[in-house]
Amino acid sequence: MDILLIIIGTLAFAVAAPILGCLLSGIDRIISARMQGRVGPPLLQPYYDVRKLLEKDRVSVNASEGIYITCALLFTLLAGGIFFSGGSLLMSVFIITLAALFFVIAAYSTRSPYAEIGANREIIQVLAYEPMVLLVAVGFFMAIGSFDVSAVLSAETPAIVKAGLVFAGFMFVLTIKLRKSPFDLSYSHHAHQELVKGITTEMSGSTLAKVEIMHWCENVLFLGWVGMFFVWANPLSWIIAIAVVLFVWFLEILIDNNFARVKWQAMLKWSWIITFFAGGINIMILAYL
Amino acid sequence: MSYLTKSPWVIHYDASSCNGCDIEVLAALCPGYDVERFGIINTGNPKHADIFLVTGSVNEQNIHVIKEIYDQMIEPKVVVACGVCACSAGIFHDCYNVIGGVDQAIPVDVYAPGCAVRPEAIIDAVVQGLGVLDEKAKALKAQKKGA
Repeated sequence: MDILLIIIGTLAFAVAAPILGCLLSGIDRIISARMQGRVGPPLLQPYYDVRKLLEKDRVSVNASEGIYITCALLFTLLAGGIFFSGGSLLMSVFIITLAALFFVIAAYSTRSPYAEIGANREIIQVLAYEPMVLLVAVGFFMAIGSFDVSAVLSAETPAIVKAGLVFAGFMFVLTIKLRKSPFDLSYSHHAHQELVKGITTEMSGSTLAKVEIMHWCENVLFLGWVGMFFVWANPLSWIIAIAVVLFVWFLEILIDNNFARVKWQAMLKWSWIITFFAGGINIMILAYL
Repeated sequence: MSYLTKSPWVIHYDASSCNGCDIEVLAALCPGYDVERFGIINTGNPKHADIFLVTGSVNEQNIHVIKEIYDQMIEPKVVVACGVCACSAGIFHDCYNVIGGVDQAIPVDVYAPGCAVRPEAIIDAVVQGLGVLDEKAKALKAQKKGA
């Protein structure tokens, strides 16, 4: 039964997340442009970009890169499917990390020095956000009493009440996970602050299109994690959750446009400090009180 | 109509330009002209680019670089020569080390003369390049079907 639910969830996520993620990305680009005093591209520009990439000639430095990226995309869809079908949050966290690792392996497999710098930085990013993301799962378990996301539907209070500090810590690493400046070390959407094109340097055409679709799905999943903190038994809480998610998305765009990229040392240091204090203190309080 | 015309990503290379045209190329991306309205993005990666904007003339030092960037770009692709130096080497045409315009190194699709080239002229040239890009995309599709 559970497996069936996950399969249905994954298929539904595979259809809905790219659409939603594409629109979110289009809104991101328009709002970014307005913040810079520009008009910006049409709302469906990310969709046009991906369709264009699919039209390009197929060129790859090796045969395996495309397969790794396909795996990364599939595992992202699975992680989203598990989460949105109400499955285990912990499983969703592990599988999305697996997707990130496939992405890194794809970049390493090309043996391009620029892609390798991007891959190294992506590994450091995983190192920076992963402890906090695991604490999110632990904090969620302690607040709701289950790793199953569906448990929020019968919870008397939302997770944010007991795991507020964990949520704050997660907000900090969310900027890394969404690949927004100042933490877009491995792959920036802005050419002016990138070494060739970071982790995607050697990816082109349909492979790059898959990377874009993967980012859309990732964004939807991570915003789902944000919303999860605000849902409880009351059906009206969904409205609050969606409002918070949209506000967080706007905040990320604002941060993206206002900060220059930091060095990786600063990212690693601050994300671990915040993980230790925000996550650690919250979990200690939940454990001993 | 091909989606290529809705999302042309450009790569910009400064051959031996005086920087006048480079500044105008970047000015086209700024709020005043905002070419992102047409989906145009400046990328630093030839493998992601559809349109190659070259400023300045070709000389013995940079001819290999221009050829290398052009070869790394993935079909369908278009080359736009920005500024009179890129078109025909301009006032540098009889310098001892200058070979000539960009067309001495790679096939050029659109010429945008001017010293320095106006941002409006660059946008016009890119839009003209989109037509060429569309034709090339159709040719590539037909070629794939035939194969």
